[in-house]
Amino acid sequence: MSAITLIEAVTQALAHELEHDKSVVVFGEDVGGNGGVFRATEGLQKRFGKDRVRDTPLAENMIAGLAIGMASQGLKPVAEIQFMDFICAGIDQILSHASRLRNRTRGRLTCPMVIRAPSGGGIRAPEHHSDSMEALFAQIPGLRVVIPSSPSRAYGLLLAAIRDPDPVIFMEPKRIYRMVKEIVPDNGEALPLDVCFVLREGKDITLVTWGAMVHETLMVADKLAANGIEAEVIDVATAKPLDFETILQSVEKTGRCVIIQEANPTCSLSSDIAALLAEHALTSLMAPIKRVTGFDTVMPLYRLEKLFIPSEKRILDAVNQVLEYA
Amino acid sequence: MSRKSTIVAHFDIPYFRYLDPQGIAEQDVPAFAKDEKTVQAIYRMMMLTRMFDKKAIALQRTGKLGTYPSTLGQEGISVGIGAAMAQDDVLCPYYREYGAQFWRGVKMEEILLYWGGDERGSDFANNPYDFPICVPIASQTLHAVGVASAMKYKKESRAVVTAIGDGGTSRGDFYEAMNVAGAWELPVVFVINNNQWAISVPLKEQTKAQTLAQKAIAAGLEGIQVDGNDVIAVKDAVEQALSKARSGKGATVIEALTYRMGDHTTADDASRYRSIDELKENEKNDPIVRLRSYMHNANMWDATKEAALIDELTNEINAAVERYENTAAPLPESMFDYLYATLPKAYEQQREALKKGGAS
Repeated sequence: MSAITLIEAVTQALAHELEHDKSVVVFGEDVGGNGGVFRATEGLQKRFGKDRVRDTPLAENMIAGLAIGMASQGLKPVAEIQFMDFICAGIDQILSHASRLRNRTRGRLTCPMVIRAPSGGGIRAPEHHSDSMEALFAQIPGLRVVIPSSPSRAYGLLLAAIRDPDPVIFMEPKRIYRMVKEIVPDNGEALPLDVCFVLREGKDITLVTWGAMVHETLMVADKLAANGIEAEVIDVATAKPLDFETILQSVEKTGRCVIIQEANPTCSLSSDIAALLAEHALTSLMAPIKRVTGFDTVMPLYRLEKLFIPSEKRILDAVNQVLEYA
Repeated sequence: MSRKSTIVAHFDIPYFRYLDPQGIAEQDVPAFAKDEKTVQAIYRMMMLTRMFDKKAIALQRTGKLGTYPSTLGQEGISVGIGAAMAQDDVLCPYYREYGAQFWRGVKMEEILLYWGGDERGSDFANNPYDFPICVPIASQTLHAVGVASAMKYKKESRAVVTAIGDGGTSRGDFYEAMNVAGAWELPVVFVINNNQWAISVPLKEQTKAQTLAQKAIAAGLEGIQVDGNDVIAVKDAVEQALSKARSGKGATVIEALTYRMGDHTTADDASRYRSIDELKENEKNDPIVRLRSYMHNANMWDATKEAALIDELTNEINAAVERYENTAAPLPESMFDYLYATLPKAYEQQREALKKGGAS
């Protein structure tokens, strides 16, 4: 068994579910013969047929509405939005319908659908291709927002998302699509949703992050370890609903916390985690919570995008400030 | 500069009508319109819808119902749709389709519960797959193509009807839905209730298009017009479109022409923006009066039957109102109970706090 990338793990999960569940259908722009612009659906149409892996007309709102209609009749649609930024055209369907169909009908109609979308910056993409929008969707009651950060978590979490009886926005951090490889057995074993993953245990400081930023954060943790500081690294993985318990337990142990995200800081997931820590962990905190984030600016075109995305240095600086706080 | 053109579509929109405003058949009516029981059932449902509508407005005026959108004058379209559909077809309605919903088994108290501020009104006891009333304009047309895709995927001989207003045809959702319905040859029927007004905006300010049916042409679909005040023509047109859809021949757009005889909703006052003369003129086209005249002429109806029907429907509606008024408010914590299949741990505390009536 050879090691695979995150994007290959996505393909592997899609193929597994298409193979084992006839109610699963995959569709989106260019997902058919072309296999998706990032190749997430490579070879799937050939293997499972045009009825099950299908190119759609170019209309994101239609893709979202189509998925809702299919899901309401017992199918498990997995729709691809080519880039997360283009999901804006479909927000009405996601917010007004997908997230609340179960509630509106008291469970008579449900929406077991997944919308996958490559998210975030760092690949020198054109304008409107690099935003991080997890907070926008984490605001919406009835949704799940899931963000993998490694090939094995992409596989296990996508299986879980497809099998979940409610709508899931599955945000794939495209910056790390091909960054690392792991052996990911195609055993059909899903990972749990709604829980954080503790990637590294430590007693001195808690680093909370998700998606592509997990990588910089782990590298910072390595550097800290070389200096004898044990950082606990938590991958949030499910941005909504948030497993705050795991974060709280860690911060109660370490007394210090830095939250790292690529997205803009205002009203973001990091704001929420910080607010919850202020409510529930005040007496455990030995230093103010620090956040390392993108800026409250438009995601810049790619000549400046590396300045927007938190660097190892920015993370390390924040960590040092929190560690040095008396 | 010289130019060449290719004729790709003939631009003519067929218009269907059997009964004129006086209820006189202009051409031989379909077989169902000669069957006394069928016509009486259609008439009964139109009357039920109108009397229900009047009652709902009265309930709103006396503080017993929230904002309510009337379907006055559009009974020919909604009952025509209902009477044309098979029970295992799926309806994705907008918010003036009570006649179709009642025909399909949606209960009057369910509609009242919905406008009375209770989600249980969309938990239709008799309609497992029908969509609830859709408020975001035209968004239901996209659910319809999704439902139709599921039917096609499962190789079922079923079809979907989605209804929309004239204003809704300006939205992208409608164009996107027609487009994919064409590209994928989906078993769906779009019925436009062209009642001439989108709240206060008249049709001529809504679009430059001469008809709404012609919007189908660009999507490669058949677009037709029907007199929406002639329930015989509506049922016939929807039936034919459904039969076409079920036999794999794709989608149809039906523009049903009618007139919104009431305000947009009980929160609206149409006298602010349209003349009483216009309303009076259009009242001459009342779909119920038209069918009643037809029935009288065909010896299917008389004053005794009319009086008996009104009594029967009054009792039926009053009983439904009583069931609505006797429905206890939902439990506070029920607002959490249908968010997800299982409430995530993250929200358990909020639910418990609400249940106990305290702050979280």
